[in-house]
Amino acid sequence: MKFAKLIVPACAIAAMSATSAFARDNVQVAGSSTVLPYATIVAEAFGDNFDFPTPVVESGGSSAGLKRFCEGVGENTIDIANSSRKMRENEVGACADNGVTDIIEVRIGYDGIVFASDIGGNVFEFTPEDWYKAVAAEHFIDGKLVPNSFSTWDQVNSDFPAQPIAAFIPGTKHGTREVFEEKVILAGCEEGGFFQAMLDAGVDEDTAQSKCMTIRTDGRSVDIDGDYTETLARIESNKDGIGVFGLSFYENNTGKLQVATMNGVVPSTETISTGEYPVSRPLYFYIKAAHIGVIPGLKDYAEFFVADEIAGPDGPLSEYGLVADPELGATQEAIMNEETMDTSM
Amino acid sequence: MTDIAMPGAPRKGSLLVRDARTARRNAAEARFRTYGLIAVLLGLLALVVLVVSIIGNGASAFRQSYVTVPVTLLEEKLDKSGTRDPAVMAKVSTFGYAPLIAAGVQDAMDAAGIEIEGLSTKGAGGIVSKDAPAQLRDFVLSNPGLLGQTVDFTFLASGRIDGYFKGRVTAQTAALDKNVSPEQLLLADALKEAGALETRFNWSFITAPDASDQRPEAAGLGVAILGSFYMMLVVLALALPIGVAASIYLEEFAPKNRITDVIEVNISNLAAVPSIVFGILGLAIFINFAGLPQSAPIVGGLVLTLMTLPRIIIPSRAALQAVPPSIREAALGVGASKMQTVFHHVLPLAAPGILTGLIIGLGQALGETAPLLLIGMVAFVREYPSPPIDGIFDPATALPVQIFNWTQRSDPAFVERASGAIIVLLIFLLIMNLTAILLRRRFERRW
Repeated sequence: MKFAKLIVPACAIAAMSATSAFARDNVQVAGSSTVLPYATIVAEAFGDNFDFPTPVVESGGSSAGLKRFCEGVGENTIDIANSSRKMRENEVGACADNGVTDIIEVRIGYDGIVFASDIGGNVFEFTPEDWYKAVAAEHFIDGKLVPNSFSTWDQVNSDFPAQPIAAFIPGTKHGTREVFEEKVILAGCEEGGFFQAMLDAGVDEDTAQSKCMTIRTDGRSVDIDGDYTETLARIESNKDGIGVFGLSFYENNTGKLQVATMNGVVPSTETISTGEYPVSRPLYFYIKAAHIGVIPGLKDYAEFFVADEIAGPDGPLSEYGLVADPELGATQEAIMNEETMDTSM
Repeated sequence: MTDIAMPGAPRKGSLLVRDARTARRNAAEARFRTYGLIAVLLGLLALVVLVVSIIGNGASAFRQSYVTVPVTLLEEKLDKSGTRDPAVMAKVSTFGYAPLIAAGVQDAMDAAGIEIEGLSTKGAGGIVSKDAPAQLRDFVLSNPGLLGQTVDFTFLASGRIDGYFKGRVTAQTAALDKNVSPEQLLLADALKEAGALETRFNWSFITAPDASDQRPEAAGLGVAILGSFYMMLVVLALALPIGVAASIYLEEFAPKNRITDVIEVNISNLAAVPSIVFGILGLAIFINFAGLPQSAPIVGGLVLTLMTLPRIIIPSRAALQAVPPSIREAALGVGASKMQTVFHHVLPLAAPGILTGLIIGLGQALGETAPLLLIGMVAFVREYPSPPIDGIFDPATALPVQIFNWTQRSDPAFVERASGAIIVLLIFLLIMNLTAILLRRRFERRW
């Protein structure tokens, strides 16, 4: 009993000393697992080159990161949220409700999304239309929607080998899924004329769009809720599998994977930056402006992140697979002037 | 013995001759023994496969390739002002140091007479880890007097070169990989022959902090081990007194009524609550309400304390129960108070059992990952936490979390490191469980 009586005040004292003497001196970052490797590379180089401590970087996904970012202003909330998509309006609103009104949006570059299969398997040259035909839940044939009956790739496109369709695509909690649906499946639906055919048949636009983007659930297309290492493991165990990866992941695993072309273009940082390779998306991080000047090194970290020697075309991020942003100069200036987002929307 | 009553039935032989029914019973027993043996063997097989695959994947993490490079510390590159003032020299970032290392590798090649067609100086520098410029910069800033001289440095070889000596990278895969070229592998072979490259035991895997995806060769467990250690300190400091006090009170002093029954049932139930639930509780109470820092061992330790408490109370009560009533009665009989009885006689006799429960509880807490996911300990942390007590408020990771983290990295070199980390964690757990067994053997008393 003596012990128990001692512990309660001890806990209280510990908690109080933590809040009062709590001067966090490291930058705290959380968010997208796609941005994570880039953020750790920058954090590490930042620690090497500055007297500030190395920032602490957590992953957990864009949505989770932005949610924590919007929890409020103060030292026990994070300073930066990494995101593989733009902040949504309702997230801006949630931020504002908790007093996070001054947010600096930073676009760090672009990330390519590639289709890769086992290195020993068949070579594929895809178009978005092929992917739409292969993984859409329903096809619009002769004026009505029928369930997707394709089971091998040669049914999709006679140029392809008779390999069973086994697609491993990112699960719905990933930001990558959104890009896959919009830039591949919806694009394929439109390019192949299926979208137009549906409109002509009197289907309204929203329904047609959502019908286009509905993915089959009969087991031919598998949602991967884990990360790319899981997709890789699935392909290693099923040699017929074709998976969706980030460009940087593929470039680190060229010994196991071969990449497919899209519209005849091989994905690389060059073809993505010129826009020839169609499937890419911008990556962002968001800074809580109220923390600049309170958390030491916050602004320095952000400036260092987008400096030419880091995020430029010859920097380590580009070497790792990030496609450099041609408008990096404008971003650097925006951070220097602490230009916040327009939150009145 | 119905047989005997049946007329005409042949009399079965003595007990030494088996009749059909005995044979059936014996066969059933033999079958059951076989099933049991198969079950044990299957369990053992699973364990062997697990251990072999982990050691097979992870043993190589404890060895690492190092390159010795003579680096000329050019004054015009590193200290243009010539003042030798570290504050001014610090303006040269690690990107300014990388070309010096590449030139150093070129020098080493020239000195050893190695010529490789199609390999640029920059490419030659690529066999050295990206960690090297930081190491060089730290050295120069603390020894500005050595500028202008040529100093021999031992750097980590890059992850791909190291993978080549471990069989992960071959000339074929290197040709497809933009991170390494077959020429660089030739250079690595030549340098190894010249004695400038060696593979040796890698202490930094235990001591170094985590590293980014571009430097898998530099990643270590230092911060994770410290973080786990700090958390165990917190758990020990809180769970031991609270757990022992609670079990003594419940066992020796508490009146047996409905309230204590409810408490008892609740403790048993708490032991079965999934650990992630404690993580959610920790996030809500310790971080959002009490305002404790995120990613800190103090929060991890508090969460794990909540999780471990019932797992300590239950074996502690069992240990107290196992002390024979005659001990208590004898003590009370010679006039000891209830409290004297407990602290002078019962507790010392129950201590080995309590300690065993405590150590096994700590072992479970050490391997726990799920609750730490929610309180920000699954993070990239490179700064070592300061010594206790301040250090428990600094950001840190933990061993199981570091394993989880590394399995998600894209570079194949992290597979080996994740398995290596599992080996380290298993060794810690083995030591703890062994201590528990030894303590029990040494101090246990039977009546």
